[in-house]
Amino acid sequence: MSFFNPENLEKAQVLIGLYPDKRSALIPLCHLAQGQHGHLSNEAMEQIADLLEIQPAEVLGTASFYDMLHTEEVGKYLVGVCTNVACMLGGGIELLEHASDVLGVPLGGTTEDGMFTLEEVECVAHCDKAPCAQVNYRFFGPLANGDFDQLLDDLRNDRLSESVPPHGVLSRVFRDAPAMVPLEIIHRERRAMDDEKKARQAALNKDAGGNQ
Amino acid sequence: MSTKIVTARVGIPDSFLLSTYLENGGYAAFKKALSMNPEDVHAEVTASGMLGRGGAGFEAGRKWSMLKQDPIRYLVVNGDESEPSTFKDHLLVENDPHQLIEGTLITAYAIGATRAFIYLRGEFALGLERVQTAINEAYAYGAIGENIFGSGFSIDLVLQPGAGAYICGEETALIESLEGKRGFPRIKPPYFPAVIGLYGAPTIVNNVETMSNIPWIISNGGKAFAALGKGRSTGTRLFALSGDVMKPGNYELEMTSKTFRELIYDPALGGGLKEGRSVKAVIPGGVSAPWIGPDNLDLPLGQDEVAQAGSMLGSGSIIVLDDHSCAVRAVWRITKFFNRESCGQCTPCREGSGWIEKIMHRIELGSGTESDLDLLLDVCDNIAPGLTWPPQQTTICVLGPSIPSSVVSGIKMFRDEFMIHIKEEGCPFVH
Repeated sequence: MSFFNPENLEKAQVLIGLYPDKRSALIPLCHLAQGQHGHLSNEAMEQIADLLEIQPAEVLGTASFYDMLHTEEVGKYLVGVCTNVACMLGGGIELLEHASDVLGVPLGGTTEDGMFTLEEVECVAHCDKAPCAQVNYRFFGPLANGDFDQLLDDLRNDRLSESVPPHGVLSRVFRDAPAMVPLEIIHRERRAMDDEKKARQAALNKDAGGNQ
Repeated sequence: MSTKIVTARVGIPDSFLLSTYLENGGYAAFKKALSMNPEDVHAEVTASGMLGRGGAGFEAGRKWSMLKQDPIRYLVVNGDESEPSTFKDHLLVENDPHQLIEGTLITAYAIGATRAFIYLRGEFALGLERVQTAINEAYAYGAIGENIFGSGFSIDLVLQPGAGAYICGEETALIESLEGKRGFPRIKPPYFPAVIGLYGAPTIVNNVETMSNIPWIISNGGKAFAALGKGRSTGTRLFALSGDVMKPGNYELEMTSKTFRELIYDPALGGGLKEGRSVKAVIPGGVSAPWIGPDNLDLPLGQDEVAQAGSMLGSGSIIVLDDHSCAVRAVWRITKFFNRESCGQCTPCREGSGWIEKIMHRIELGSGTESDLDLLLDVCDNIAPGLTWPPQQTTICVLGPSIPSSVVSGIKMFRDEFMIHIKEEGCPFVH
């Protein structure tokens, strides 16, 4: 059973073909999986591992490092309020408290209707609009409490559905050109990589030998 | 009227589309570069004296010279802008993605890269869409791909999204991330990217703003760029101004042409502070930088000028704190950030950031003690021995040694304020 639907499976193959080493497609494939399913499920990670010829644990081991990759379900809208220093000076910490109050959830919590998950985020490079928030990585600011309430209302009533897709959908523009560099170069790249790996392994073996 | 280089097209309707870019001279610099020898293109960039715009401020031309001349070499553009209060690259990728792409292609040609990657911060959803659209347009236009404009030069350009990790802005962590791994910085030596970078091959990592300057340098010549600014600070820079000012925003200024005071108070720039308030402190160059006080506001915005005052111009971000803002709270929030973003490989950074954040938090909340101040400095000293600037390093990368900057600045400049928190058992400021 394939986790990826046929359209995304094709996209996955294109992404994998862009790199001298398949594993480089790991993060793009995780985003692709989240776009399809809203979060990164075990089934998704197993298929990504299959496609990249690595172990599912390696996919999880990498994904768990990154804040944007969610192995647990999150709401349709992931609301992140920034409290880093520029936003803090503009009232970001108080905005986050207000957000928690009106949504009725603690940090990391999801509303009962599954619409909103609340996060405290680090600087999202929108500091001239402090205090700001992101909803599924679309930015809004500066936000007074009333503006924030209005934003929630707009989201609840589908007034922003064009600019804010459901959680997991990141870029809606897909690459439309396959890799074009002549095969000869790609083969040379792969050989160089293999040599490098072998040299590193040889150095490691030598170290291990020396310690015995 | 001051020269605008990287923001020249910002504000033009649909500035991000190929058609707009071409109407405004787009890709002429790349065509010009392709008619030159790669060495001559490199020489123009060296002549420009441009310092890298990422934060470390290393000369771009010299960086390129250090690239080991193996047959396979890579170019990686660092668009993982996450240094708190830095929002200049965000502007460039959303508003002028073709300028970034053109600069990247020229650089790839100059250094003989066999493949180029733009690593963009995952949170920049609109930026990812704009840059991918621009890459698609550039392939269709013939600026990327095989035998570009009939020159015989071929290159692929791949857009790589990040997934939320400050540390991936560190170039070796970025390379690990691009290889599909956790963003753990590599130890240097031996892993200097110019020698052992992506997939073990020699790699140049350059910042988005650095790349965005390249088309102008090739069109106008390195000398014209070097004629702007003063000393080592050539060209213009995009200053991201935020915090307690009336008009926060990105301002492209000729380097050293304005002082901190002018940037903050000029009605055409920062527009001053709220009425009746005064500057308490300025954090130049990102939260990794030591703070400067009101006595330093007449410093020109230049690399060496700020370095001589014991701080750094870094990423070009400038945060202003006025006299109604709490220094203790700012230090606490900055240390919380570092604690959250430490990758966890090195003990001084991983453990130190956690303890510093806890101590700072209890001081801000009113349960700190006077001895906490010595304790804070002691922990900082264990991360960056001697508490000097630039800092000594006990860790793989510079995230760790960046942690003491705000703590030491805060205690040094605002010890009284720390003591009020401790004696009055709480924060005296209204939030």
